[in-house]
Amino acid sequence: MKQVNTFISTYTADVSAVCSALYEMGGMIVIHDPSGCNSTYNTHDEPRWYEKDSLIFISGLSEIDAIMGNDEKFIKDVVTAAKVCHPEFIVLLQSPVPLLMGTDFPAIVKQIESEVNIPAYFIPTTGMNSYIWGAGEAFSLLAKEFVKEPDKGKKVKKCVNLLGITPLDFSVNTTADSLKKEVLGQGYAIQSNWAMGSSLREIKEAASAQVNLVAAACGLKAAKVLEERFGIPYVAGLPIGSFAPLFWQETKRAIEEGRSCCPYHKVLQNPEEDFVFIGEPVIGQSIASDLSLRLKKTPLIVTMQQIPDELISKGCRVILSEEELKEVLAKAHTVIADPLFLPVCPEDVKFYSFPQEACSGRIYRKDIPDLFLHR
Amino acid sequence: MLQKLQKIISYEEVGIPAREAGFPSPFKPGLEYNSPAHGTWNIVHTGMLIPGAHQIYVCAPNCARGVALTAAEMNEMDRLSTISLEEADFYNGQMEEKIIEGTTQIINDLPVRPSAILLFTVCVHHFMGTDLDYVYDTLRERFSPLPIVNCFMDPIMQKGGLSPDQKLRIAMYTCLKAGEKKEKAINIIGNDLKIIEDCEILSHVKTEGYAIKDITLCENYEEYLSMAKSKVNIVSYPQARPGGKLLSERLFMRYVYFPQIFDYEKIEKQEQELWKLLSISPLDTASLKRKCEDELKEVLQVIGDTPLALDASAVPYILSLAHFLLEHGFRVKRVYGDSFLPEEKEDFQWIGDHYPDLEFYPTMDIHMRTIPRMTKEPFLAIGQKAAYFTQTPYFVNIVEGGGLLGYQGIIHLAKLMADAWNNKKDTKDLVIRKGLGCVSCI
Repeated sequence: MKQVNTFISTYTADVSAVCSALYEMGGMIVIHDPSGCNSTYNTHDEPRWYEKDSLIFISGLSEIDAIMGNDEKFIKDVVTAAKVCHPEFIVLLQSPVPLLMGTDFPAIVKQIESEVNIPAYFIPTTGMNSYIWGAGEAFSLLAKEFVKEPDKGKKVKKCVNLLGITPLDFSVNTTADSLKKEVLGQGYAIQSNWAMGSSLREIKEAASAQVNLVAAACGLKAAKVLEERFGIPYVAGLPIGSFAPLFWQETKRAIEEGRSCCPYHKVLQNPEEDFVFIGEPVIGQSIASDLSLRLKKTPLIVTMQQIPDELISKGCRVILSEEELKEVLAKAHTVIADPLFLPVCPEDVKFYSFPQEACSGRIYRKDIPDLFLHR
Repeated sequence: MLQKLQKIISYEEVGIPAREAGFPSPFKPGLEYNSPAHGTWNIVHTGMLIPGAHQIYVCAPNCARGVALTAAEMNEMDRLSTISLEEADFYNGQMEEKIIEGTTQIINDLPVRPSAILLFTVCVHHFMGTDLDYVYDTLRERFSPLPIVNCFMDPIMQKGGLSPDQKLRIAMYTCLKAGEKKEKAINIIGNDLKIIEDCEILSHVKTEGYAIKDITLCENYEEYLSMAKSKVNIVSYPQARPGGKLLSERLFMRYVYFPQIFDYEKIEKQEQELWKLLSISPLDTASLKRKCEDELKEVLQVIGDTPLALDASAVPYILSLAHFLLEHGFRVKRVYGDSFLPEEKEDFQWIGDHYPDLEFYPTMDIHMRTIPRMTKEPFLAIGQKAAYFTQTPYFVNIVEGGGLLGYQGIIHLAKLMADAWNNKKDTKDLVIRKGLGCVSCI
């Protein structure tokens, strides 16, 4: 049965991912949930919780309020909190019970907005979608609702936005800084980082950039919105190691031709079935491209999340169940993956630990490498 | 470095002086904040106390993640599995089959047959009207004699009924079978943490020939099952009262509620009742009481008029502790707790009458997200949340009473307070770890 995880853990889901993506934006995020969503999020999915404030709360939904459809309490509590906290915006998130009850979030959002005069939004999370979907929706919301037309239509030359940066894929080590250095080293300026280290004000000015770099799959939806709204092309991937020259060549071309691209498609053709990498698909395929160009060995990239076809190269496979994963791993001699996948690997496999927060949370945080330094 | 939001909320806007506070919930309900102090146990930690048991959670991935990573952080991932729900499961009428077949697959895939299966269903199953009787009956028939225990992770029910934690403390003793021949033994029921070894209650009953059985000490499943042979169940943790009572009724055992309390008279009364119930000689506690007083004097000399902050995750009867410390000359300035147990009313009133300026603070109120977490003078905290909110490195790191019971419990606490003042702790490193007392591999 594909929904059974006998041995492996569960990836971050959509609710936590929205919170992660919007953490530094100054908004107030309210999860309509009885208990637990915030605890799971701040314990396992949010390394910034202890030291950096962000307005993320749950509603504490009770049985009686759910049954009686007492949305008034929820609305009143959100309004009260908004008046105390003065957030830049409000985002409401749904958990399984409100989904089942058919809670009318669009109407609730309108009522809250009218009472506090703060923009309010609903992201239709269910607690059952992938983190890539959740963070993607959050970034997409920023792109649709907050990014302004550039001043007099002016673009800043050689200027990029970094899209899809969250601790779930990049942790809180030096990877994001290394990426910045790499970008700056190529003579590009960075308009905004979505969303670690940039303010909402900087993100509002994102349309002045010439190109968007989709550093992880969750950045794709926002890239598409920005492409549609402002004609900004995007490039998916990370300029890692031997893959970097091709990546930058394709980025230059994307700017010149105004055409989006995914450079790793050019590299990843025939993966080796006995060499498996499990992880975030854009990061994984960028690393695989480096390995392929450098070592002439192309691992099979396995992603445990549903992602858009355009991000899936011939070297990547989407696997959504433990059962199917075991079948793929049965052929592997070498595996690079989060240590929580070890129990489903063959006993004699050569296993290289590559932890990811979206998989094992904080357990192996100290071992998460800087993607640009550790090869 | 702590990064603050623009809007700073002062302590005065949040705290309520004891003279103005309402009981049992001094604060208005609203949206809820969750602090990063996570040392209290959750249902995963507690469920792991049954030796050899395997936990299965049937829930949305967002909920599954919390439980799976709790187990992973305990290095017990091989004792927990999940069945992830999808949206279609809510509407397709196949929920019962999904649970039955998913559980079957998990049990069959496990390399070793567990001693018991703790099968957790969740909030949505109540709302969907899932036929849980059919699910459990089918699984029990299919895997007999493997115990399949019905457990719940349904926090939506906790405001109007029992919490998942209380329900688990009922469920986890249902494997104990009726009809076992009774032995001269006493069970400690429903606690997560073992009671201090030198507790006078346990040593006295042992001296009188009683064996002590406690799930926290069971090394194998047989030992756990042998708890059915005991004559008396002692419950020391409030959340375990429903479980202790039901077990006692089912297995014809005597039930005693002997909570951690900070009041010599009440301790004395509890102990006398227990000796009477067990028909054993009373224990002379005068020397213990004197020792308590000596220890408290000593620690008061060490910490002087340092302000104290206490929180309700440290000990269940936090107002009893506040009352006791105030009576002994300690400067208890803040108590953090969202609500108090009904039995604490007397202590609450006493505090209001004698120390009207003592401040009550919530832990879940939204203001606690942005309230300043630095203090002018260093606090000595008892409890992780109090330590977090006052950002003090001087704190007694205990949860759920810390296994401190009776007079010896008071003596231990006094020693822990002195130690906390003399030895700084790395607050951030300690309080973020889940399930204090469990293995934590972070």
